[in-house]
Amino acid sequence: MSSTTEQTGYAGRPRQRDGFVGWITTTDHKKIGVMYFITVLVFFALGGIESGFIRWQLAQAEQNVLTEEIYNQFFTMHGITMVFLVVMPLSAAFFNYLIPLMIGARDVAFPRLNAFSYWVYLFGGIFLYSSFALGGAPNGSWVGYAPLSTDAVSNMAFYAVGLNILGVSSLAAAVNFIVTILNMRAPGMTFMRMPVFVWMALVTNFLLLFALPIIAVALFMLNVDAVFGGQFFEPATGGDPILYQHLFWLFGHPEVYIMILPAMGIISEILPVNSRKPLFGYAAVVFAGAAIGFIGFGVWAHHMFTSAIGPVARSAFALSTMFIAVPTGIKIFNWVFTMWGGKLRFNTPMLFSIGFVSMFTIGGLSGVTHAIVPHNAQQHDTYYVVAHFHYVLFGGALFGLIAGIYFWFPKVTGKMMDEKLGKWHFWTWLAGFNLTFGPMHMSGLLGQPRRTAVLPGELGSTVELYNLLSSLGFVVLFGSALVFLYNLIDSTRNGEASGDDPWDARTLEWITPSPTPFENFHVVPTITHRDEFWHRKYAEDEAGRAIPVPAGAAEDPDAGAEHDEHIHMPDPSYWPLVQTLGFFPFGYGLVYGNFLLIGLGLAWLVIGMYGWIIEPVAEGDDDEPDDAEQVAPTATAGAH
Amino acid sequence: MATDVATTTLGIDHRKLGMWTFLGSEFLFFGAFVSAYLLYLDTTAGGPGVEIFDIPFTSISSFVLLMSSLTMVLAHHAHTKGDLRRMRLWILATAGQGAVFLGGQVFEFNVFFREGLELSTSPFATSFYILTGFHGLHVFVGILLLGSLYVLSLTGKIKANQDVKTEMIGLYWHFVDIIWVVIFTVVYLIPEIAVLD
Ligand code: HEM
Ligand SMILES: [Cu+2]
Repeated sequence: MSSTTEQTGYAGRPRQRDGFVGWITTTDHKKIGVMYFITVLVFFALGGIESGFIRWQLAQAEQNVLTEEIYNQFFTMHGITMVFLVVMPLSAAFFNYLIPLMIGARDVAFPRLNAFSYWVYLFGGIFLYSSFALGGAPNGSWVGYAPLSTDAVSNMAFYAVGLNILGVSSLAAAVNFIVTILNMRAPGMTFMRMPVFVWMALVTNFLLLFALPIIAVALFMLNVDAVFGGQFFEPATGGDPILYQHLFWLFGHPEVYIMILPAMGIISEILPVNSRKPLFGYAAVVFAGAAIGFIGFGVWAHHMFTSAIGPVARSAFALSTMFIAVPTGIKIFNWVFTMWGGKLRFNTPMLFSIGFVSMFTIGGLSGVTHAIVPHNAQQHDTYYVVAHFHYVLFGGALFGLIAGIYFWFPKVTGKMMDEKLGKWHFWTWLAGFNLTFGPMHMSGLLGQPRRTAVLPGELGSTVELYNLLSSLGFVVLFGSALVFLYNLIDSTRNGEASGDDPWDARTLEWITPSPTPFENFHVVPTITHRDEFWHRKYAEDEAGRAIPVPAGAAEDPDAGAEHDEHIHMPDPSYWPLVQTLGFFPFGYGLVYGNFLLIGLGLAWLVIGMYGWIIEPVAEGDDDEPDDAEQVAPTATAGAH
Repeated sequence: MATDVATTTLGIDHRKLGMWTFLGSEFLFFGAFVSAYLLYLDTTAGGPGVEIFDIPFTSISSFVLLMSSLTMVLAHHAHTKGDLRRMRLWILATAGQGAVFLGGQVFEFNVFFREGLELSTSPFATSFYILTGFHGLHVFVGILLLGSLYVLSLTGKIKANQDVKTEMIGLYWHFVDIIWVVIFTVVYLIPEIAVLD
């Protein structure tokens, strides 16, 4: 695919599509998805190591493996890493790779903005971790409550600025994916024919769109208070710390759905394929997802039952919280009925999906107990809460995302991941997970406080035993993660060839060859059914059983590939990478209150923006110089 | 890349849809700051409060900003007609009015500052400066965008048939104006009236 019209000089666009330059200048949604994925693996290792130290410290009572200061930094960075640098970007990896393929598009709406999102994510993560070398990492927990976090000893300026940088990445991605899904669907791909994963992606990105500005405000206020003498949360002059809590959780609760909905979308694709049945109650799953999105903005104060919000607010939020369990419950029934009576295949993606449904249900149930206000007062800030949110985030979100990795690995690489190792991974992961987090329910109810560096000896030997079990669970998980990593790397090289459609799947992404060709679809498909691909492969007999369409009757998606009109693909660009580097001076300037750095960073970002705007336009863009318009089609006709 | 509008699912240019989406987010951004400001209206810690606002002065600069929305519409209209020369004229007028507004804000901040309202005086002061300051920043970005529109239409990067670009920046500009209407009412007018009686 030739790129721009002949342009040279400083503003020329890179041509290379492979090699190192090809990667750092790519605007291809598939490559960006893979880059997200690899970066997530690195941050997952870091977050995992931090949790390992936490569990080491807590393996016995009254231990001092870590100083209290380091312990605080580790549990804070663990939480931030897992939420903002692992689960959210891993979802973004799937959004990137799959959304265009599932709706029949050749890329996202704004390919360079997509690259921008990735680089901001990477640099935001590096920025946060650089704090370890610059006087200490954030140590005031992932919620960063003021006024503790506006105190200079808390290193929380890095938290405020770092998360805001990551927010820019997510906001840009949200705009991009929303426009892509709304505006780039293949002909015939109506809303109710979209795969459930795409629906959940749409809801998630709307949640991001509306939740991120609120946390941006809260974090910016922290930043101003901590560094520039602001008084937002300063009780001495009348500032109200509760305001911070409201703003944080107005974002924070939608955030938990931001983390879980993508995983729900993933298993809603995997369960039908491996049950050989369509998803039970497609419309119910979709509407429940949208309902969760709406109600998700009306329950935030259930995180603040023990703060001074008054009995009326407590009752109202207790009610709305119990209410939001309903759409969630609906989804669980839909998944179970999808499997009911199906011809189940227990491959690794399926096992992780079933693991998701069961573990998430446990976490959901303990979540409902939090909604009961007196119960909540008992559990607040104990390990019971730590158990709860790991069941939904780890047992839920992460299990679902891992299911997706096994399921779409062949799509990305054209190879299968090893099934035997996959099953080893699953069973040890499940066992290690429950061993780690199951006992925390008990130790929490027995009074073990959360975010406390030393396990108090006076809690007794039972609590100590539970903690030892938890720490042993970590060892199992660590081994299990190594199996996974080995499987991942080894299968990339030596995996069995998968063919184009290894799972006999239902949705559009499998219609194209695996690994996906550069332009995704040789011919953009026209959609006539939900589960389009399945309907091209199978017809139904009178009893409603699926019978394969006789060979040759299925439309060959690649037929006529050579006759397709010239395909426009986005050109690579240096600018997203160059521009986003400006976040470093800008960020450090905000942390240290250095206006010179802030100015430098802003100027860099603006200049980068201009580089972006004036670089030679992508071929096929309506920006194309008038004279080239006549030349381009003929000049490049033979290029693909 | 945004190609032909006709090939999009909703029949809207990607960039326009993207701008709408982004502005949806911006509403909540300002909403959160406005809420904080309202919460801290009386929390002045003994420092100056809403009584220091100079309503006639701010009314004039607000009026200038509002009028800039009109010239923005005229700029877009000229662009749809393919009249780049006139479009540039109106763009200049719009940016100029934005600059007058910003000048007014800088002046106002200076006066308040001398009267003892510093960023760290009270939660009221912090939330006032940060809210109106962020709005000012948005106006400033808008002026940059308008300036780019002006220059790029001279270099041929923005062509006579690409009025969607002017329209997009217009959307942003109108948004900044609407937010100011809210801020002016909620931040200046209503508390002032409440103080008077
Ligand atoms: C390798 C497995 C993991 C282990 C052993 C582990 C362990 C822990 C422990 C013991 C705490 C409590 C620290 C304290 O309160 O003092 C904690 C906190 C936390 N974990 Fe994990 N975790 C793991 C994986 C995850 C995952 C996958 C996620 C998210 C998807 C996650 C999210 C969090 C969050 C948000 C906190 C709260 C941090 C805070 O209080 O600020 N963890 N983890
Ligand atoms: Cu919540």
